[in-house]
Amino acid sequence: MSVKIKALLKSPWVFHLSTGSCNNCDIEVLDCLTPRFDIERFGMQLAGSIKHADILLVTGSGNRKSMERVKRIYQQISKPCLVVAIGECSLSRGMFIHSYNCPVPVDKVLPVDVYIPGCPPKPEAIIAGITKLIQKVEREGLAGKKTGERENEQD
Amino acid sequence: MGLGESVSYIYYLLIYGFLLTAVLGLAASWIDRKVTARVQYRVGPPLLQPVYDIIKLLGKETLLPSGSSRLLFLGAPLLSLGSVVLVSTILWMNNLDPSKTFIGDIIVVIYFLTVPSLSLIMGGFASGNPLSAIGSSREAKLVLSYELPFILAILVPVIHSEFSIRLGNILAAQAGQGVFVGSLSGVLALIVVVICMQAKLGLVPFDAAEAETEITGGCLLEYSGAGLALFKLSKYMLLFVLPFFIIILFMGGIRLDGIHLVWGLLKYLGLVALVTVIRNTNPRVRIDQAVRFFWGPVTAIAIVAVVLAFMGI
Ligand code: SF4
Repeated sequence: MSVKIKALLKSPWVFHLSTGSCNNCDIEVLDCLTPRFDIERFGMQLAGSIKHADILLVTGSGNRKSMERVKRIYQQISKPCLVVAIGECSLSRGMFIHSYNCPVPVDKVLPVDVYIPGCPPKPEAIIAGITKLIQKVEREGLAGKKTGERENEQD
Repeated sequence: MGLGESVSYIYYLLIYGFLLTAVLGLAASWIDRKVTARVQYRVGPPLLQPVYDIIKLLGKETLLPSGSSRLLFLGAPLLSLGSVVLVSTILWMNNLDPSKTFIGDIIVVIYFLTVPSLSLIMGGFASGNPLSAIGSSREAKLVLSYELPFILAILVPVIHSEFSIRLGNILAAQAGQGVFVGSLSGVLALIVVVICMQAKLGLVPFDAAEAETEITGGCLLEYSGAGLALFKLSKYMLLFVLPFFIIILFMGGIRLDGIHLVWGLLKYLGLVALVTVIRNTNPRVRIDQAVRFFWGPVTAIAIVAVVLAFMGI
């Protein structure tokens, strides 16, 4: 494992992106940042700007309006980066599965690295999911496509 | 200047100015984060966390925002780091070998300590993002407001050491007649300088320029990868350089022999702890409140300190 990936895993800064969730997943994500769960001991920090982030946390259902913005935001992260889908909505469209407005789940648009199910998932589940992601990257390294060139077309 | 002399200057620049200062600055930022975490009943980051952050940022892709000025955007972080390295070299040379310094180095130090803020302003405006521009304009107002009391307060040690504008003479005067913080004017000036240091470091309550929650990072918003790493590194190094400057001006410097080393370290840790406590117990002030605060009470205290210093108190 190269120094680069090791340092990335030791200090993943997260950016929190809601694509139109019911706000419950967001609250659970914010819970992880509180002193009770204290993710700063793993080096995680909430980045204010997308350009500083290493992990993109996506919550909510992918509807027609927001998916365009999600694509643009993904293009703005400096690579290498990882994508985490949080909550039933972003995984499988959840209760909006029959809605005309939510044609695709998030992983049809972004290359999602780990899925955290639940409606909403508990903070413990979110932390467990991120841990699994870190173990996966330690095992397999970063997938080739995300270390350099950016992909613009994917719809 | 002979070859040997220039080699020794380069030695000072690289070993003391860059490496030692960077290590101490990273350690100081870890102390800052750990103390913050303990104040909030958290565990806090591991010891090597700042190092990991810097290495990670250096390994990431650097994005250029379209419509930005390339030269300014990429030059600003280098300028910031370079000025901090120069300042710390001057300070270390004064501390280790006062005969090598020159008259007026205190003015050079004050001048270079403004450059990190100026390069932040420059980088923010060059990136062409409206939120960065807001951050830059706030930073510019902050610079205008804290420079006046900062320079007034630095006049106090200058007056005490018989109007010498050479850091070596200030250190020698303190070795002779006791540290300046022992006098009333010294205490007042120290209070002013510590408040200005907080603003220079861009920490709460004077972090309006970088407000993460409000303008998502301000001047640093468009920076990624190596540019951000250099800005962060120069900020961490300032966390060592500014307290060191204050220790030289008011507390007799850091001596590297025997028990004096422990004493110097304690002075430094005290100042870092003070910065951390101020940062954790205050809410952010608006930029107009900050300007009013610096030009009102802080400048008044600084003027009183200067007058007292003239009277020899
Ligand atoms: S998964 Fe559940 S909690 Fe999360 S956004 Fe969807 S409906 Fe809300």
